[in-house]
Amino acid sequence: MKKSVFLGTLAVAGLSAGIAAASTLDEVKARGELNCGVNTGLVGFAAPDANGNWSGFDVAICKAVAAAVLGDASKVKYVPTTGQTRFTALASGEIDMLSRNSTWTFSRDTDLKLDFVGVNYYDGQGFMVRKDLGVTSAKELDGASVCIQTGTTTELNLADFFKANNMSYQPITIDSNAEGEQQYLAGACDAYTTDASGLAATRAAFADPENHIILPEIISKEPLGPAVRHGDNQWGDIVRWTLNALIAAEEYGVTSANVDELAKGTENPEINRLLGVEGDLGAMTGLDKDWALRAIKAGGNYGEIFAATIGESTPIGLARGLNAQWTQGGLLYTPPFR
Amino acid sequence: MTSASDAPEPGFRLSQLIYDTRYRSLTIQVVTFILVMAGVAWLIDNTVQNLNQLGKDFNFSFLTNRAGYDIGQQLIPYTNDNTHARAMLVGLLNTLWVSVLGCATATVIGVVVGVLRLSNNWLVSRLMTVYVETFRNIPVLLWILVSLALLTELTPAPNAYKINPATGEAAASMWLFDSIAPTNRYTAVPSIEFTHGLGAIDTPFAPISLNFLLIAAVLIGSVWLNRRVRHHAHQVQDATGVRPTTWWKSLLILVGPVVVVALALGFRLNEPELKGFNFVGGLNVSNAFVALWLGLSIYTGAFIAEIVRAGILAVSKGQTEAAFALGLRPNRTMSLVILPQALRVIVPPLISQFLNLTKNSSLAIAVGYMDLRGTLGGITLNQTGRELEAILLMMLIYLLISLTISGLMNIYNNTVKLKER
Ligand SMILES: N[C@@H](CCC(=O)N[C@@H](CS)C(=O)NCC(=O)O)C(=O)O
Repeated sequence: MKKSVFLGTLAVAGLSAGIAAASTLDEVKARGELNCGVNTGLVGFAAPDANGNWSGFDVAICKAVAAAVLGDASKVKYVPTTGQTRFTALASGEIDMLSRNSTWTFSRDTDLKLDFVGVNYYDGQGFMVRKDLGVTSAKELDGASVCIQTGTTTELNLADFFKANNMSYQPITIDSNAEGEQQYLAGACDAYTTDASGLAATRAAFADPENHIILPEIISKEPLGPAVRHGDNQWGDIVRWTLNALIAAEEYGVTSANVDELAKGTENPEINRLLGVEGDLGAMTGLDKDWALRAIKAGGNYGEIFAATIGESTPIGLARGLNAQWTQGGLLYTPPFR
Repeated sequence: MTSASDAPEPGFRLSQLIYDTRYRSLTIQVVTFILVMAGVAWLIDNTVQNLNQLGKDFNFSFLTNRAGYDIGQQLIPYTNDNTHARAMLVGLLNTLWVSVLGCATATVIGVVVGVLRLSNNWLVSRLMTVYVETFRNIPVLLWILVSLALLTELTPAPNAYKINPATGEAAASMWLFDSIAPTNRYTAVPSIEFTHGLGAIDTPFAPISLNFLLIAAVLIGSVWLNRRVRHHAHQVQDATGVRPTTWWKSLLILVGPVVVVALALGFRLNEPELKGFNFVGGLNVSNAFVALWLGLSIYTGAFIAEIVRAGILAVSKGQTEAAFALGLRPNRTMSLVILPQALRVIVPPLISQFLNLTKNSSLAIAVGYMDLRGTLGGITLNQTGRELEAILLMMLIYLLISLTISGLMNIYNNTVKLKER
């Protein structure tokens, strides 16, 4: 009796494991909605407006993938994740992809069993302080209290930076950017440290951004990019090439305005392949011909998204810098669509 | 006819397992056991399968790797070059520290409030009722957050103590002869230093200060001597009816030797001093710690007050009346007659309050106090991605702490409970 019960439960467990192993693409299609892990709220990258509509640089990737896979950029369920919960949410299947200014590191890519599909923002860690503190360099922060978000790479870089410079500091651990902002403004810490892009976005949300400066030192490399679970290569390919399609679209001058026109056929075979006029790239990843066309129409190409969410004309005011196309002296370089 | 069917049946039928009261309870137990085991087996199997599917293994070797992060509050030396195991230990000690202090404070609050709530003074007893009802009916997390908010809102930033060169004055001034500085991050208090101290023994766990060991030894000696003196006074009182005055002897014995030893070691207070961004020199008691401690104590104190009140009410009125009849004053009646008997009723529920407080201390994360949940269950878990291992280990540790507390309290309970001879 005992044995049969045991075998029976084993069979049930095996069955449920079998169901869980279905491909992410099929699951997303069957659900009709993409579960996308984002920030809890970082204006410019991912933040809901008063009506609960999410927008931002990271959100745009979710939308592009939803458009490519489901044909509708609005079919996304945004799941806010903190530095602590994001990878568990991805590994457990709560979200299909993570688009939350997460740094691509060796151990996350391997040990945590994630796959980073690319880089959508080349960043580095910086420090923000009040102007009236009179500090002009991170090297002058000896003895300071520093607010730091837990569960991030920046937490480890901070420890390394102070050690390397023989300085001491008092870490004030916080759980989300909102809490960090509040602690920093309340004066619980002298400096707030995170990705420089995050600092710019945080500062833009202050009532008095002009009273705060971001120190010149960048103490780390933070290549931020979307991530998927390790093991489902097809899904990884879809997210990777959707991101690449947005970058390639900028390189070839395909914009949300002219994409319909170009989709009728152009002289440039690369554009033709990208937009499904020529060849059948979509089918190779299990999608249809127009996947990239829809992804680009969702929010424009990489450059358009950048300009609309975090670019120099927005309050966040980030320059393209490293995130310019390789043809413009930046690091964005997508492999060919062929 | 009927007598024939009533005759006992010789064989054993399967249905007897359910219908025969002789076997029924056994059947139920066996079935339940099998179901529970099957449930456990299913959980384990599912976990193993899911881990396999994710390509993750199950091992604790991450504990020996370099932690790489810094911890704000540490009772033992720790740097980011230490291992995750050490970081876990730092967190564990922080948990124990706030729990022990919290339990002690909550007990004091509880006893005082519980006794006062029974006071004949209408105002006092009503005030205590209000205290109990407000504090135990609002979640402890809110009390912790409120404490932190008060501490940070009511105090100036450290640089408010900086002397403005233009006016020659600072926006805030320190308390108690310039020795204590409350700030919105911590309270800077003087630390103790021995100018010709004995040094410390370096153990891998933590350096043990010989100065404090010596002082502790002297204190224990003094207490022992004081007991002898009081014992002697008792004897004299029993024999002659007159109690010799002991207070000055006690004072001398308890204070004298410690002061002499401390002076010999070169005792001195190190006053905190604002240098750069923060106070240095003294000891910075973080607001996170104080808020957690306060929140836990006032909340649990309200529960303990009720337990104490119930315990006192459980002692029959005759005891009080008998004590009064013997001429004991109300204070002494309470401390000599009522409370010792009430303890029997108080201690068992008190144990569960201590356990609650200890477990509630894991709310530390809300105010950024780095307890076990913050180190092992927070940063370590996150940076290594070892969710299962870290959570299991953390559960095991909390279980051990709880079992230890209830074990110790049970021993204490045995000493106060009714001795049946
Ligand atoms: N890139 C770093 C840090 C990313 C990070 O957590 N940044 C913070 C500060 S800008 C953030 O986005 N917080 C938003 C939130 O808490 O939801 C990492 O991947 O570990």
